[in-house]
Amino acid sequence: MEQSTESDICTDPVIRDQWYPLRALAELPEGATHHTRLLGVPVSCGVTRGRPWARTESAPGDGGTGALPVIDTYGYLWTSLGEPPPGVFEIPEYTEPDRRSMNAGSFIVATSAPRAVENFLDMGHFPYVHTGYLGIEPHTEVNPYDVEIIDGEIWATRCEFFQPMAAATATGGQMSKYTYRVPSPFAVMLYKSSPVDPERRDVIALLLQPMGHEQVVAHNFLCLLDDVNSDAEIKRFQQIIFAQDKPILENQIPRRLPLDPRAETPIRADHTSIVYRRHLRELGVNYGVVPA
Amino acid sequence: MIRLYDWELSVNCYKQRLLMALLEVPYEIVPVDFFPGWEHKSPEFGRINPLGHIPVLDDDGFIVRDANAILVYLATRYDPTRTWYPVADPELLALTAQWLMFSEGTTNTASAARLHDGLGYDFDVEACRAGAHRLFRVLDEHLWFGEREGRHWVCPSPHPTIADLAIFPDVALSEEGGISRVDYPAVRRWMDRVRHLPGFVGMPGISPPLATSPPSVG
Ligand SMILES: [Fe+2]
Repeated sequence: MEQSTESDICTDPVIRDQWYPLRALAELPEGATHHTRLLGVPVSCGVTRGRPWARTESAPGDGGTGALPVIDTYGYLWTSLGEPPPGVFEIPEYTEPDRRSMNAGSFIVATSAPRAVENFLDMGHFPYVHTGYLGIEPHTEVNPYDVEIIDGEIWATRCEFFQPMAAATATGGQMSKYTYRVPSPFAVMLYKSSPVDPERRDVIALLLQPMGHEQVVAHNFLCLLDDVNSDAEIKRFQQIIFAQDKPILENQIPRRLPLDPRAETPIRADHTSIVYRRHLRELGVNYGVVPA
Repeated sequence: MIRLYDWELSVNCYKQRLLMALLEVPYEIVPVDFFPGWEHKSPEFGRINPLGHIPVLDDDGFIVRDANAILVYLATRYDPTRTWYPVADPELLALTAQWLMFSEGTTNTASAARLHDGLGYDFDVEACRAGAHRLFRVLDEHLWFGEREGRHWVCPSPHPTIADLAIFPDVALSEEGGISRVDYPAVRRWMDRVRHLPGFVGMPGISPPLATSPPSVG
């Protein structure tokens, strides 16, 4: 992990005011301290006598240490460097009793948070990057779908894609139906038809903790219908998928997401991506991006 | 039936999956939640391996741990050609053992840097990277001279040995630990030869060759 630099400090209020996960609570044993970085600031967190906490650590050039706000929800300890809203965005499925929720792994990736979001939104890469799992040639076509902004969140609906092995529970190929959601600038989710129960949907989220402009921790949150596989098997599936994405993400140039509408040629599959970039522009986000 | 206690993203587990694929030995995977669950450190797993690490191989009740020991076992038991672990040739066998030891070094440097960069392990990453470069330099020179002598593998055999497989993924994933291979052309050609072995399988970050690309020899 690269050392943070002064230039990684975030001055963008929209981004400072968000909640970010720092660590899965299952990976924070009582009394242990986890050291990491958020938006260029060294921070630490832990659980002491059952109470989650987070604070900034002293670093050259800042004003010492201080307690940060915390929320524990969806199995993570969340914090913010600014003035966050009262709660993290809603994931109602989390409370459904027959679901399995877990952190499938928190990976450090040399990319910007918006690049990671955009890659997660892109179905076009499935047959090429996740061959045999989330896609397979010649099923490369991305059919048209709808994108809208509802209450400040991006929703892409009516997405579908042929998947030879859509989840650890899959027993054969299926036409997976997807809904994508961007509930906050650096978090992205998908709702995907469950191989177990076609009436219900698996929920998968990529929760980005921006360490710097060009480095993130990608927390892979799962909330699934699966009463067959062990935790290890479920995590294994998601980790294979994510590890296939990682080199793609790390080789994108530039690592920051260009917000200039003319920067990269849009194709139809990139509809959500166009909306996402425009949304970041309108919010005035200047972290992890190449401003327009 | 062979059961491999495995984590998909582990180089040392991949070495076993690769050898079994090349030998066409059927096996079953027992997924271990190594990361983020640290299942290998759990008391239950301690009964399988008191050292608390993976891979572990269970072949119908015979249990062996440690990457290189498992490779030795699999090759000796399941390779009828006796080329992967050349027990009949004392000198070749000694050199295979020597390069297996070398792979301990690449694992502890290059693959440690990868765990630091990708999973946040608390290692001295600069020391890991410097150590990896020292070993890669030695390997590159060895392979470069080998190519001049018509030797295409780390040991002087017309056939690859388990030493090639023990070193391969540490090298092939080095960029995930910030270790560039740009200065090691003979190493890159050797990696390409490994990837073209019949039956080769990849792992996330290591792709099998495209069907059309010929192996580079020499
Ligand atoms: Fe992907």
